[in-house]
Amino acid sequence: MLQSKVFSKRTRGGKVQKTVREVYLRDDLPCGAPFCKVCDTSKARLSPSASSPILIVDTNVVLSQIDLLENPAMDNVVVLSVVRDEVKNRNIAVFKRIETLCYNSTRNFFVFYNTLHKDTFVHDVSGESPNDRNDRAIRVATQWYQNHLGGQTRVLLITNDRENKRKATEEGISAETIESYVKSLGQPNLLDLLVKPVSEDVEMEDADALRPSKRKVLYAEHKPMSEITSGLRCKIYHQGKLRVNRYNPFEAYVGSESIGDEIIIYGRTNMNRAFDGDVVAVELLPQDQWREEKFLSIADEGEEEEEEDVHLAPNSADDALRNTNPPNSADDKNSVPCRPAGCVIGIIKRNWHSYSGSLEPLPMPAASGSIAHALFVPKDRKISKIRIQTRQLENLLDQIIVVAVDSWDRQSRYPSGHYVRKIGEIGDRNVENQAVLMENDICDEPFSRQILNCLPPLPWSVSAEDLANPIRMDLRHLLVFSVDPPGCKDIDDALHCTTLPNGNFEVGVHIADVTNFVHPGTPLDDEASQRGTSVYLVERRIDMLPKPLTEDICSLRADVERLAFSVIWEMTPQAEIISTRYTKSIIKSCAALSYVEAQARMDDSRLVDPLTTDLRDMNTLAKIMRQRRIERGALTLASAEVKFQIDTETHDPLDIGMYQIREANQMVEEFMLAANVSVAEKILKHFPLCSLLRRHPTPTKEMLEPLLRTAAAIGLNLDVTSSKALADSLDRAVGDDPYFNKLIRILATRCMTQAVYFCSGDLSPPEFHHYGLASPLYTHFTSPIRRYADVIVHRLLAASLEINKLPQIFQDRTQLTSIAENLNYRHRNAQMASRASVELHTLIYFRKRPTDEEARIVKIRSNGFIVFVPKYGIEGPVYLTPRGEKGDGEWFVDEQQQQVKKMDGSVSYSVLQSVKIHMEVVEPQPNRPKLELSLI
Amino acid sequence: MEFVNPEGLRLDGRRAMEMRQLRAQIGAVSKADGSAVFEMGNTKVIAAVYGPREVQNRSQQMSDQALVRCEYSMANFSTGDRMRKPKGDRRSTELSLVIRQTMEACILTHLMPHSQIDIFVQVLQADGGTRSACINAATLALADAGIPMRDLVTSCSAGYLNNTSLLDLNYVEDSAGGPDVTVGILPTLDKVTLLQMDAKLPMDIFENVMQLAIEGCKAVANYIREVLQENTKQLEVRRGV
Ligand SMILES: [Zn+2]
Repeated sequence: MLQSKVFSKRTRGGKVQKTVREVYLRDDLPCGAPFCKVCDTSKARLSPSASSPILIVDTNVVLSQIDLLENPAMDNVVVLSVVRDEVKNRNIAVFKRIETLCYNSTRNFFVFYNTLHKDTFVHDVSGESPNDRNDRAIRVATQWYQNHLGGQTRVLLITNDRENKRKATEEGISAETIESYVKSLGQPNLLDLLVKPVSEDVEMEDADALRPSKRKVLYAEHKPMSEITSGLRCKIYHQGKLRVNRYNPFEAYVGSESIGDEIIIYGRTNMNRAFDGDVVAVELLPQDQWREEKFLSIADEGEEEEEEDVHLAPNSADDALRNTNPPNSADDKNSVPCRPAGCVIGIIKRNWHSYSGSLEPLPMPAASGSIAHALFVPKDRKISKIRIQTRQLENLLDQIIVVAVDSWDRQSRYPSGHYVRKIGEIGDRNVENQAVLMENDICDEPFSRQILNCLPPLPWSVSAEDLANPIRMDLRHLLVFSVDPPGCKDIDDALHCTTLPNGNFEVGVHIADVTNFVHPGTPLDDEASQRGTSVYLVERRIDMLPKPLTEDICSLRADVERLAFSVIWEMTPQAEIISTRYTKSIIKSCAALSYVEAQARMDDSRLVDPLTTDLRDMNTLAKIMRQRRIERGALTLASAEVKFQIDTETHDPLDIGMYQIREANQMVEEFMLAANVSVAEKILKHFPLCSLLRRHPTPTKEMLEPLLRTAAAIGLNLDVTSSKALADSLDRAVGDDPYFNKLIRILATRCMTQAVYFCSGDLSPPEFHHYGLASPLYTHFTSPIRRYADVIVHRLLAASLEINKLPQIFQDRTQLTSIAENLNYRHRNAQMASRASVELHTLIYFRKRPTDEEARIVKIRSNGFIVFVPKYGIEGPVYLTPRGEKGDGEWFVDEQQQQVKKMDGSVSYSVLQSVKIHMEVVEPQPNRPKLELSLI
Repeated sequence: MEFVNPEGLRLDGRRAMEMRQLRAQIGAVSKADGSAVFEMGNTKVIAAVYGPREVQNRSQQMSDQALVRCEYSMANFSTGDRMRKPKGDRRSTELSLVIRQTMEACILTHLMPHSQIDIFVQVLQADGGTRSACINAATLALADAGIPMRDLVTSCSAGYLNNTSLLDLNYVEDSAGGPDVTVGILPTLDKVTLLQMDAKLPMDIFENVMQLAIEGCKAVANYIREVLQENTKQLEVRRGV
């Protein structure tokens, strides 16, 4: 049956256009009830028993009550395609969740394509709004269900729209609001999951205890969508995604294409209820307000003054607190470029989802069982606190819970939300880990059967076919070995080095041939591409690929034959590369050494066995390569990585200390860098538009400012004009004590952003530059077991050698760009998760061990300073005046000298000075332990 | 974007292997020697054939075969924007050439030396698959004109979206930017005379998509035969045979 759909559509240019679409209406779409005698029941998903009613939900119920729908108590639900389409347009996250429900075999959710069914298709009626039309379509479909199932079961329309409900009742359809339906189920806990209605549909008995009439308006009204669109078109407003500063939630940035710069949004008032990740419309503030706002950034928040915690020292600018100190006023008016500041005037697309965190302890506990209001504090500092109502407050206070946001009106300081589920008790390691993973969007579900089916059968070994394959070089005769951290099970790289008759060396880097097992388009590949990287927590690892691959089939373990992808150079004794070969290979590693073992072998002059000789040769070459790299301007940056020694039984940390870097580490690193560079050159040559590369942007002067200010205060002159100049001046920066140089390097490192993946077609060659390595080209090739970027690069390299065809995705640049973006996102999250995990373990460690330790002042504050504790790699505030008091001007800050001085001049503390501090875990509020630093 | 929903239905309600509704009418332009209107869903094309007739430009005359010319155009009202389009743009020139070559391959040109056959094709309404509709309309018009042909030529397109091979893409599906394979066949001889694709596809998928398009061509051929037979019957009735 053929129907035409005619509608008007606004084109990009703003013209109105009439569009005609055909619709082929069908009579072969099943209703989904297993007991139906008319339809094909092979795909029926609704409950087989006719006793429970079939629920038909409207769009708003799905959008707002998705948490409730996910609860198994809600079942036997028909999702109409009209609802499905609308949900998809309005909130993609909810759409994904409802889709999951519809294809979850344990749930009875069924999608009925009412818009394509001949009996439920509705014609447009002139004068009817799309909303009304959809509501009518829902009623028609409900009616159809009632007639179709001929009274075999009850069909219930669930809608909170009063008008829709009224019309439904008139038409003889049974309809209920979601509240009354949930109440009729008689499970009080389900009520917590209910989202409070916000609009005029309010049918709740207690319309909030907060007396709306007396509440004052805190935020400006969001502009209507039509005004936003026209404002965007004439460039009064700017559209972009809001990103909240991870370390200062009162500051956010909106990258705007229309002005080609980031717009800064200072303060919650200007953010106007926008969340991190929302797509917003921004209006620029008058130019004279661009700077003043900076001073107001924290002050205007009143009671909500930011609390700074002890945290892990940042490793890059992405981790670091943005410099919120106002710059010296007078002289730098032209030195610091002003960034445009703006305020949010409307939200184009919300990025609301659920957040993990805990409830703020209340001064007065509510009576048990009654409805209590509570403030939820998300773990993610970028997210504002959320108001929730609960009937089980006392059960939730010491728990980490998940809360979803529902609305944020102009009168509330905080958004309102509802409780979704418990994760577990605060302080419990597993629970905290769970929360960390959730917060960073990391999936630690076990791999599905479908994915595991993609693995080759175990036990796996190199087959005769592999050996006979002409593309594979047999390198089993070479003395290949690997050097990794002790206990490493997923070995993805191995090395060899032999002396050639002409006195040159043949050096090979052999990387696990992961792409031999992970084929494009398979569920295994899709999952790995989604995960993007393995995640390393202190006591556990979340793999990107299933264990049989990472620890067995791909791992280049000692004494077993393994498939590899090799880069083999001929090098002169001066480490000049004469030729480079790339080949798939078969290797048999003779030793899996740890860094310590490798170092010990090299250092033990009595050993002259072939392996040790090769190690020493490699080390000599590596040192030359490293030296040359440094001469080119590569930065030897330093970060404060810590390592825990974990009790094998209790999993509690026994000891922490800085990660020690040995020559052997640097040797392996050097060859990995060289292999990555060689591969980057090769793939870019063959695929100039679709190579996946890695770049490290040159830090801007503004980013290096905190470093320069600190350096200036101690009379150190740093030249930052190029990476070479910076590297040289860092080399010259030697102070009185041995740690000084490292400290300066650590401070330099944290001023820079991290390297990122990108698609070569998206940028021009000068932008490919890797600043930190001073290399014009770089990519990741050497860790395909734990990074998906390397998997892609392996495929590119194989295609450039004509071993494989180039998979389809590489023909689609937008897709490749989005893959690169996902990799950056996953990479970032994995790092944040590892850092959070280290922070958690640091807290556990110090809980029983109050310690005195040497620390360095890295930043001056008006009421104290921030110290860095090198031994534990942590950083946190030390207060000179008790918190909350303003100090009555007892102390003052000398910006020029970066000092905080007592008014009478008797005591002063200056930046980089060494101080003794005491570290102890305190619990200012029950169940909220934190590490506190104090001056001895 | 979701072009095929989990139930396997496309945006317009068809399943992957279903074609849009075909409609055809022979003899729409009475002045022409042969003419036809062919519709595939909302795509509507009119074709008119003149000839075989004397060659207009003597220098183009060929002594061993007929000269086949083709002019493709698109009515200004055929798309939603009703924009005035310049004549002879690249797309029309290319399409004219494609249609001419395809039709030339099945016309028995050697039977009509020193003569000329003109094929005019105009798109009245465009909704994807215009190329195929033009060829199908031209076939019908040629048959109506009684021009000797080896076989009918029929055409249909198929594409690949959301990991599914889709028959007969409409405009929305076509503008998704996925691969679009247009195939023309000689159904009785079982030969492919036209194959066009403007994207890249892995070989195995391509074969699958092409096979689907060929099936589509066969279905079009069946329909065209019916239409021709029906037309002949009516002619017989009119002549009182
Ligand atoms: Zn049925």
